[in-house]
Amino acid sequence: MALKLMSPTGHLGFTPIERGSFEAGLADHPDAIIADSGSADIGPHPLGADEAHSPLEWQRHDLELCLLGARELGVPLIIGSASDTGTDRGVDSFLRLFEQIARARGLAGFTMAAIRSEVAATALADHLAAGRVLEGLNGREPATAEVLARTDRAVAVMGIEPIRAALEAGADVVVCGRSCDSAIFAAFAELRGLPRHTAVLAGKLLECASFCAEPFMGKETVIGEVDADGVTVYPLHPGQRCTPASLASHAMYERIDPYAETIPGGTLDMTALRFDRVDERRTRVSGAVWRPDDAYRVKIEGAGKVGERAVAIMGIRDPHSLSRLDDVLGWSRMKLAERYGTAADVGYEVFFHVYGRDGVMGYLEPNPTVSEHEVGIVVEAVAPTAEVAEEVCALASRNLFYARLPDTMGTAGGAAFFSDEVFRGRPAYEWTLNHLLTLDEPGEPPDRAAGLFRRELRTVGAREGVTP
Amino acid sequence: MKLAELASTIRSKNAGVDHITFDVIFSDRAAYERAVASGALSRESVAALYGVDVSRVVSFVTYDPGNAIKFTLRRNRSAASPGEPDPFGSQSYPPLFDIEIT
Repeated sequence: MALKLMSPTGHLGFTPIERGSFEAGLADHPDAIIADSGSADIGPHPLGADEAHSPLEWQRHDLELCLLGARELGVPLIIGSASDTGTDRGVDSFLRLFEQIARARGLAGFTMAAIRSEVAATALADHLAAGRVLEGLNGREPATAEVLARTDRAVAVMGIEPIRAALEAGADVVVCGRSCDSAIFAAFAELRGLPRHTAVLAGKLLECASFCAEPFMGKETVIGEVDADGVTVYPLHPGQRCTPASLASHAMYERIDPYAETIPGGTLDMTALRFDRVDERRTRVSGAVWRPDDAYRVKIEGAGKVGERAVAIMGIRDPHSLSRLDDVLGWSRMKLAERYGTAADVGYEVFFHVYGRDGVMGYLEPNPTVSEHEVGIVVEAVAPTAEVAEEVCALASRNLFYARLPDTMGTAGGAAFFSDEVFRGRPAYEWTLNHLLTLDEPGEPPDRAAGLFRRELRTVGAREGVTP
Repeated sequence: MKLAELASTIRSKNAGVDHITFDVIFSDRAAYERAVASGALSRESVAALYGVDVSRVVSFVTYDPGNAIKFTLRRNRSAASPGEPDPFGSQSYPPLFDIEIT
């Protein structure tokens, strides 16, 4: 008997789930509803500053759809990487939303598990001091005490074990901190006795919902029917199809190695994957092999603040200035250095993003020339305080206006302001940690290893306020 | 023939926080094999096209199940760091369009 896993969104809350295919999914009687809410594409700011990236109301919308659907069907609901980043704030925020929804809707009591996975930089420093290594991923150097000191916030990315354990403990709803996308699906499949190779394969295929189908659509529901040998995937939007090409294309999406999905405990080897068309809209995927790792390695993501940020928007139309754009930018940099010293002296950074030349691709642009009649310049300044960032940004942008070029016709300003003002940007952060922590606690089950993953169970919606 | 005429999808996207990965997908096996056999796409050619050292091309693979060629570049700074362009890495593919496939 195959297990049906329903995936309604690839990033819960980022934009709202589409209702039509979601309801069609419910009508298909899935065995669980599973949705990831995390992403690293949103950059290091939400993690470092510990803020949600998605609007609260959209998160509430998606969580309400999922909770009402799951409770109506009486099936588990698993949410990964709560509130974009999976920090404790994210988990607590989703717990609160679920409690509010349950109360407002008068839901019968259910058990909700939280699995928190935020880890303090000081705790990571303790691991280093205890002789463990924070091994850099994809070419990064091992983390040092200095890197940890620059880290404002970090999360451990959980694998299958802590989530499966929460389901085994009786949770109807599981809210995970930062978690591997594929693991939130695999945990349920394993709970129901399916082997790891198809459990993780199902997660890999389903984690981005309708992105695995064609034509391209976001936020539409897909379902995977999982058995011991493979996964059959189909879309719930009538205009989509899951084809061998669309699933293979998704299997290689936003990853370095299209043949491997690594999670704590091992790697799913997808070298011998087969994609077989079942019918017009369904494709079966099989042939994955699970390769256990010799140790339990957990990825740690961390972000640290670089400085405060200010932004101004300028434009240049004069062809003479456009032909000597580097001189214009050079003038501005010279005036900055004259007033503040070099960037290295005072710790500020200024970037000129020249749209119309190389603003989109920056240093990767093969053809950084101006070929049209105007450019837009986003002046980005980063400095230790907001006041300095704004001042630096104002001086940098106004000196595009005052740039001195020989033989210029216009003598009343060499650049146009979008508006003569400086916008305060969000503080600048960077990804300080993208590392692996090897856990080797003898005799300790991996879901508890090193105390990284902390579970709490609570009862929700038990007719509060109703007198017996 | 130009790559954009032979391929059905050419895209770029973040692969983790330090890399941009590029996928060139062909709608049939013959087109895929022709592009691979031409050698027009290689570690060296994409490094030259994007003006980065070949060591920054951290991966270059042919992906038979998807009729695709895939390579990955290391960013200067991690995605969405100050000054680092294109936080999702989603608009770095167009220079591939004009690669000549013989």
